[in-house]
Amino acid sequence: MDAHLIADAERTYPDGTTIEARFEVPGPGFSVTVLFGPSGSGKTTILRLLAGLERVSRGTIRFGDAVWSDAGTHLHRPPQARDLGFLAQAYHLFPHLSVAANLGYGLAALSPQARSARVQELLDLLDLQGLEHRHPGELSGGQQQRVALGRALARKPRLLLLDEPLSALDRPSQLRLRKELRELLRKLDIPTVLVTHDRAEALQLGDRLVVLDRGRICQSGDIQQVFDRPTDPAVAAILGVETVVRGRIESIVDGMATLAVGTARLLAADPGGLGWEVFVCIRGEDVAVERGCGPGAESTARNRLPARILALHPEGPLVRLALDGGFPLEALVTRQACQDLGLAEGDQVCAVLKAAAVHLIPHD
Amino acid sequence: MPGMDWEAIRLSLSLAALTTAALLLLGLPLAYWLAFSRWRWKFLVESVVAMPLVLPPTVLGFYLLMAMGPRSPLGRAWEGLFGHTLPFSFEGLLLASVLYSLPFMIQPLAAAFASVDRGLIEASWCLGESRLRTFLRVIAPLSWAGILTGVVLAFAHTLGEFGVVLMVGGNLPGRTRTVSIAIYDQVQAMEYGPAARTAALLLGVSFLVLAFTYALRRHQRKPWTLI
Repeated sequence: MDAHLIADAERTYPDGTTIEARFEVPGPGFSVTVLFGPSGSGKTTILRLLAGLERVSRGTIRFGDAVWSDAGTHLHRPPQARDLGFLAQAYHLFPHLSVAANLGYGLAALSPQARSARVQELLDLLDLQGLEHRHPGELSGGQQQRVALGRALARKPRLLLLDEPLSALDRPSQLRLRKELRELLRKLDIPTVLVTHDRAEALQLGDRLVVLDRGRICQSGDIQQVFDRPTDPAVAAILGVETVVRGRIESIVDGMATLAVGTARLLAADPGGLGWEVFVCIRGEDVAVERGCGPGAESTARNRLPARILALHPEGPLVRLALDGGFPLEALVTRQACQDLGLAEGDQVCAVLKAAAVHLIPHD
Repeated sequence: MPGMDWEAIRLSLSLAALTTAALLLLGLPLAYWLAFSRWRWKFLVESVVAMPLVLPPTVLGFYLLMAMGPRSPLGRAWEGLFGHTLPFSFEGLLLASVLYSLPFMIQPLAAAFASVDRGLIEASWCLGESRLRTFLRVIAPLSWAGILTGVVLAFAHTLGEFGVVLMVGGNLPGRTRTVSIAIYDQVQAMEYGPAARTAALLLGVSFLVLAFTYALRRHQRKPWTLI
C-alpha cells in the first residue's frame, strides 16, 4: 500500500483519557477508510486531530510529503493550511447565508465569475438546482447534508473527512444516500476518512477499516479481512459478530477442527496457530434455521445443532432469533421465512451452519 | 423651548456618540478575547471589566482624577502633548466615560460571541478562512443583536452618567457640563420648569432607544435580557 496519510499520534486529555490515532490511508486517489467503533471510542477526536482542530500530545501526522502535526517540534499546521474538506456530524451550515453563499464560502480567493461557476458545478453535482437562494433552515435533512458535503468539496480538497455523514437523516434517506455517496466519492477520486458506528454503513462505504475501542486502535486493514477475521474478541464484539463464545478444541484432522462449545459440538476450518482454548465467532447471517434436525440431507453444511428458540426480535425485514443450541447462538433470518416456518418462542428447531462460517480466534 | 440648556444637550449627545464609537473599537477585540480565551487568569480581567457596575461613581471618579492629575505619568504626558490638563476637559470626560461604560458594551458583545456555535467557527477555519475573516464573516453577523445591544446600552448609559462627570469633568458650560449636571443645577436654582423639560427629554430619548432595540430583537429566539 502506498501510504498517503500516516497518523502515528496520541491525544491525552487532562482527565487522563488517551485517544490513539495510528493508521495509514492510501492515496492520493480514491479510497474510503472507515473509523469504526462504539460511541465514545474516539472516532471524532481522530478526525479533529487530522483536521488540525485538536493538537496531538505525542507523535506525528504526515500527509504526502508534508508534516501536519509533530508533538516533538510543537509543529501544528492550522486547519486553514491543511487543504481538506471536513463534514461534521451536525453539518454546521452557516444559518445567515444562502445555499449558494454556503457553497461558495471557502472560495473567497476566486473571482466572482469563477466562484459562481464553481457553485453552479456543485449545485449540479449534488442535485441542488433551484435551491441556491434558500437558507439552511428551509432545507430538508437530506438537502442540508448535500449542501454541507458540497461546501466541503468546493475547494477541491486533497483529503475528505466525514463524521457520521448520514446519521442525522431518516432511515430511508440513509439507505439511498449510502449508495450515492460511495459513487460520488469514487468520482471525486480523493482519499476519504469516514467515521461511523453503523456496521452496514461501514461495509457498504468502506475499503479499509480501522476498529476503535475506548481510544485504542484494535485492528485495521482491508474491510472484508477485518470483518471476516477479527483478531480478538473485542473487535468481534464491536463489529457485531452476533455470537462470540468460548470453545475448546477437541481434535484437528485434515485442517478441520472439532470443538466443544457449551454442550454442543462444532466443526470449523482450522485457521492455524490454534491452542486449545478459542473464541468462536458466528455471524447471524450465516446461521440457517430448519424445522427437523435429522441427519443432513444433501447439504454442504457440516453443523446441524438441535436448538430452542429463546426469543424473536424483529429488525425491519429481518428477524433476529436468539437460540439455545447448547450455547447461546443468534440467527438472522427474513421475516417471510420466519412466517413460513411458523417460528415461535420455545420451538425446537435445527440451527444449520457451514464449517467455513465458524471463525476461531485463539484464546489460550 | 425656553430654559432648556441646548449646549448641555449637544455636549451630552456628542460625548455619548464618541464614547460609544471608542467602546466599539476597543470592545470588539476585548470581547472576542474574553469570549474565546482559555487563559486561566481570565476571570481577573472579567472582574476588572465588570467593576464599574458595582463601584460608586465617586470612587471611579476619584481614581481617574488621580490618574489624570499633573503628578501622574498620564497627566504629564497629556499636558506635554496637548498643552492642557486632562481633568475638567472634554477629553478627560471622554476617557472617564469609556471606562465607566465599559461593561455595558463588553458584556453583551462577549455573551453574543460566546453563544455562536463553535462548529460554525471551525467549519469556517476548515474552509481556509483566517480567524479574523471568520470573525468578520461568521461571528459578527451572527452576533448583530448583541452588538446592537452593546451600542445602545453604552450610548444610553453615557447619556445618563452623573457622578463620574462631576468628579472628573466638573461643571464647565460647553466643555464638561452634561445634561444630567444641567438638571442638577436647575433643581439647585429652583428652576423646576426647565429641569422637568430636560428630564423629560432624557427620559424620552432613553425609552426610545431601548424600545427600538427590543423591537429589532423581538424575533430572536433566545429571550435574553439586555446585559
